[in-house]
Amino acid sequence: MTDTTTVARATPEVRLYAALTGIVLLLLMLFGVLMRLAQSEWMTIGPDRFYQLMTAHGIGMVAIATLGGSAVLWHFLGQHVALRRGAAIANLAFFLAGVAVVLWSIFAGGFAGAWTFLYPLPAHPMGMWTRGAAAGYLVGVLLVGVGMLVFFLETTRAILQRYGSFAVALGWKMLRSGDKRDAPPPAVLAGTVVSIANLLAVFAGAAILTMMLINLYLPQFAISALLAKNLIYFFGHVAINATIYMAVIAVYEILPRYTGHPWGVYRAFVLAWNATLLMVLVVYPHHLLMDFAMPLWAVIMGQVVSYTSSLPVLAVTLVGTLANIHRSGIRWDLTSGLLVLSIFGWSAGIVPAVIDGTIAINQVMHNTLWVPGHFHFYLLIGCVAMILAFINWLSHEQAPARFGVLQGGLFWLYALSALGFVLMFLYSGHASVPRRFAVHLPEWQGYDRIASGFALLVLAAATLIVLPAVLRIAGGRGSGARAAGT
Amino acid sequence: MYQSLAWATSLVVMAVVAIVFLYFVASSRTRADDGAHTASARWRSGIFWGLSIAFVPLIGYSLVDMPYPLPGNASANPIVVQAVGRQWSWTLSQDHFPAGRTIEFHVTADDVNHGFGIYDDHLRLVTQTQAMPGYTNILRHTFATPGTYRVLCLEYCGLAHYAMMTQFTVEAASVAQSPEVRHD
Repeated sequence: MTDTTTVARATPEVRLYAALTGIVLLLLMLFGVLMRLAQSEWMTIGPDRFYQLMTAHGIGMVAIATLGGSAVLWHFLGQHVALRRGAAIANLAFFLAGVAVVLWSIFAGGFAGAWTFLYPLPAHPMGMWTRGAAAGYLVGVLLVGVGMLVFFLETTRAILQRYGSFAVALGWKMLRSGDKRDAPPPAVLAGTVVSIANLLAVFAGAAILTMMLINLYLPQFAISALLAKNLIYFFGHVAINATIYMAVIAVYEILPRYTGHPWGVYRAFVLAWNATLLMVLVVYPHHLLMDFAMPLWAVIMGQVVSYTSSLPVLAVTLVGTLANIHRSGIRWDLTSGLLVLSIFGWSAGIVPAVIDGTIAINQVMHNTLWVPGHFHFYLLIGCVAMILAFINWLSHEQAPARFGVLQGGLFWLYALSALGFVLMFLYSGHASVPRRFAVHLPEWQGYDRIASGFALLVLAAATLIVLPAVLRIAGGRGSGARAAGT
Repeated sequence: MYQSLAWATSLVVMAVVAIVFLYFVASSRTRADDGAHTASARWRSGIFWGLSIAFVPLIGYSLVDMPYPLPGNASANPIVVQAVGRQWSWTLSQDHFPAGRTIEFHVTADDVNHGFGIYDDHLRLVTQTQAMPGYTNILRHTFATPGTYRVLCLEYCGLAHYAMMTQFTVEAASVAQSPEVRHD
């Protein structure tokens, strides 16, 4: 069970990860707002610039959610295993180098192949970008991937050194013995699952990035478009889901400090995380339901696993969160509020995602705004809320007072505007509005304008949450070294 | 229609989730003794397994309707249409069809991935498949309602992706069979 009274001081690299995540999140949110304003025709942005922003927003959010989740993982995993700081620093160095190259390729080289860089689009720019820009983007993403490789090899090494085997770290010993003393802490269990999954994702991502780099300069080295899609969506699906699986450790570790009730690790919890490891690796074909060339068994597996994969970890986390706060006398502040909100966002956001994973429905929903609707739901109100909670928690030396008018107002501004924003995506998807259209038909602009209003409010709320917290962290205040709520 | 079903189902389930959260948040303000909290922990496993089991019949039922070109949904006499996407236009081998006949679109792409999305004249997405270089996806559909249908690209394909559209006409069966109009 998680100790609810003590936690070590946050290390400089965790503070740096957290501060950087906060600032970059705001910048990428601004890119998103600009796109919605352009679709509303409240702002004029050419299609070339729109698609550059779209590419930067997409790849940037995946990368920064990974960095933010890594901060949470590193901080809490580091309470249980001996992590070597050099790996975190190397990861950050590769991350920054990769981001610099990606930004150059997009905003100087004009690359706008979307974050998914679907083969062979990078090699078919139609005058929009140069071959060098396309290569720069692929190399930049590869550099970020190398950083992830170093980072997750280190978490894996440290876990194996402390626990001896994956079987122990994954809780199999506890499943056999039934003895809760054999249960790994939640941060170790989740950290093991994420490390294994992300290492496999990085290998797949590196393979397709390298193949596409060769293809750029040797076009006769052709790749199957379907194979490329499989590799890209495997890599992308695992990487983005892993961000939630890392960030949710903040719920397991911080929420109990507010309620005074330890987070229980019981048999279903361990089973759920193990099931998730398996399912997150095989569910990605649900992104390919409209690729009729896929084998039938693969798309059926994609649907079935997309129903079941959403359940285990989410269900144990949802039920665990509700049980943890129930009649707990919890101290409500911005951190605890965002943590509970994040589990609501994850739980509710999964609903339209699972519905979209149904083959018959996917046929009239795939690549409409329903898709960004569901992933913004569980990322903006789920994953980002977890990361914001962690940043805010990290920035306070002492547990802040209960919700004041300002903090309460800020919390509800973020929660309600984010909810309005994602519901407008979903409503637009229900009305068949396609995603990734730089210019919208007049019939769709009413939805865009309502969504733009919500988007501006989300950005304002996030700014008011992030900036003070980052300033506190940058000023050397805050440490996470206290038992909040006690 | 599936879009309305998806929207209504999502709203209802999400509202239920929200109500459950609000109930638990309201209940969190008072602190029970540890015995009561331990009791609350006991129903966690029950809820978890209950939720898991509830999903099983849903999965089976949802697989009944699939759009793939399986032997079971083949038509004896379909109208075969070649559909080719390229940056940034569509080419259809014909663009007038009778209502009530199965149309079999053979969809591919010359350059990059595109999405072949068919919209009715109310701008409602009717059906779709991906258009991929090197592959031909067979999309079968029977248009019940005459009208002008638009094909929009539903896979991002570069600068003018949003403008990659074409259209075709579905005519009432009696009109389509008259000698003045094109036959398949």
